[in-house]
Amino acid sequence: MLKINQLHKSYPIGDSSLHVLKGIDLHVESGEMVAIMGSSGSGKSTLLNIIGMLDEADSGEYTLDNVEIKNLTEKKAAVYRNKFLGFIFQSFNLINYKNALENVALPLYYQGLNRKQRQEKGKFHLEKVGLLEWAEHLPSELSGGQKQRVAIARALAADPKLLLADEPTGALDTKTSYEIMEFLQQLNDEGKTLLIVTHEEDIAEMCKRVVRLRDGIIMEDKKVEQVRASQYV
Amino acid sequence: MFDLDLWREIFQSINKNRTRSILAGFTVAFAIMLFAILFGIANGLQNTFTEAFVDDANNAIFIRAGRTTKAYKGLQAGRQIQFKNEDFDYIKDDFADGIEYITARIYKGVDASFRNEKNNYTVRAVHPDHQYLENTIMKEGRYINQRDLEERTKVVVIGRLVEEDLFLKTKALGKYINLSGIQYKIVGVFTDKGGDNEERLIYMPVSTAQQVYGNNDHLDQINLTYKPTMNHDQAISFGLGIEKKLKQRFTVAKSDQRAIRVFNMASQTKGVNQMMTGLGVIILVIGFGTLIAGIVGISNIMIFVVRERTKEIGIRKALGAKPVAIVRMILIESIIVTALAGYLGLLIGMGVLEWVGPSLEEFFIKDPAVSTSLVIGATVTLIIAGSLAGYLPAKRASRIKPIVALRAD
Repeated sequence: MLKINQLHKSYPIGDSSLHVLKGIDLHVESGEMVAIMGSSGSGKSTLLNIIGMLDEADSGEYTLDNVEIKNLTEKKAAVYRNKFLGFIFQSFNLINYKNALENVALPLYYQGLNRKQRQEKGKFHLEKVGLLEWAEHLPSELSGGQKQRVAIARALAADPKLLLADEPTGALDTKTSYEIMEFLQQLNDEGKTLLIVTHEEDIAEMCKRVVRLRDGIIMEDKKVEQVRASQYV
Repeated sequence: MFDLDLWREIFQSINKNRTRSILAGFTVAFAIMLFAILFGIANGLQNTFTEAFVDDANNAIFIRAGRTTKAYKGLQAGRQIQFKNEDFDYIKDDFADGIEYITARIYKGVDASFRNEKNNYTVRAVHPDHQYLENTIMKEGRYINQRDLEERTKVVVIGRLVEEDLFLKTKALGKYINLSGIQYKIVGVFTDKGGDNEERLIYMPVSTAQQVYGNNDHLDQINLTYKPTMNHDQAISFGLGIEKKLKQRFTVAKSDQRAIRVFNMASQTKGVNQMMTGLGVIILVIGFGTLIAGIVGISNIMIFVVRERTKEIGIRKALGAKPVAIVRMILIESIIVTALAGYLGLLIGMGVLEWVGPSLEEFFIKDPAVSTSLVIGATVTLIIAGSLAGYLPAKRASRIKPIVALRAD
């Protein structure tokens, strides 16, 4: 599903450069739920951004669903992001002047679906996150948990192969965090592949595999016994 | 290709970000409004000028005689030059190719009376062509004609104000007026746009005046118009040609400025034309100035809009928007806002001109107006400028990595 070999990335800082990723090897199979752990500055977000084609690596190989991702033009990256990936951000990143349904339907607009199809699919996914009755509400009228659920519905709308979540619970209280994790676990149960960047141990334990980064290299990569979030909710 | 969804996206964006749209629109509307108003006022000034110089035929040449100031070929200075009928005929025949209308003038002051009403007026004894030279408009009756001239009939054509003064509320046409003791039949009443003085004149046949006042063939002045087909330079040299010939005829020094005076409207027209050109330049400067101010305004706003939307652009890109889609969205939005605002500015500007126009006449601004096509042209210029100004930041925004855009909280 996802293969990364010897991935390097550095950012220029003034005259010198900051080597953030120092040779990452990571293989993720379809249906996995992987937590990427690490303290701030360990390179975990950079790794996720590269996987998400939001950023480009300096060197190394990256294959997603048997498609080699390299030398991307902006246009190609846009098509791949739309087709392969669903993003869930810490700060939700909903468009504030669009209501919940319009936000969910936006990736479908860029897929070129017509309005009716977008409405149907958007409603379907909103229902899935339990927010159908909030379809007409603007993000400012929703709670943090609801916003994140709208964002998850939006990530799901385009039916991506891989869901990338960058600190999905970072802006939420514990109870809401567990609700979101419960929902992500359900998605995984249905067969979705998830990659979750977090620095919270309890969130990591709810995944099936934990990859620990420190100073740009993988320190530890182990399968864990999944803690079901439902028991806390 | 009409993409309904794209338009829906754009109108939602305009509608939901009203402050931004209104601010952007305001700049454009204001620029176009100013453009229309300033241009209109400048046009109004030009109208006033045009009108001020249309009373007399503007292709006229006036020839007057005076005393010589220089001794020449054995003749003393101070000799009075007097035009006579033969001089009139000489000019008429010798310059027939270039002359459109020609008339002589004799001036006489008269005491005019009708029944108990009396007043002083100036009589102008003229040839029939005079009507066209002076733009005399017949209100009633007819002008002096060729038969009057040949038969030396005692007829006059009086101005509207003469009729008003002497005949009070009654009709003057067909009645007899007493001019310094001689009765003349009134065959016409005229009006003239040249003002009240022009309408207090009395015209009579030049031959009649010569017989009645002095029984000679003297003329005070010869007026003519050159053919309107002549261009400015031809007209000037035509006037100089007449002057030269007359100076030879009367044995006057070439450099004598007083003896034969030829006043050519063409040289006057040149001044007026220069004035008009000057006004035109001012109009252009005003127009360009306003437009440039508008362009700078819309450019700034576009840069601001793109900056404000950086995060939204990042989100859209993360969701799979191609760069082209981003640029298109921003550009079309700016074009719509500019076009609508421009139209609004045009309406307001024209409305203001319409509203204050009449009260500006005392400031020499007459009928201030601006052509719709010109203002639409200005709006289109603003739209194009706004698009160009928006294109660069939009293009840059479409290129920034979504991760950078998303970080811009």
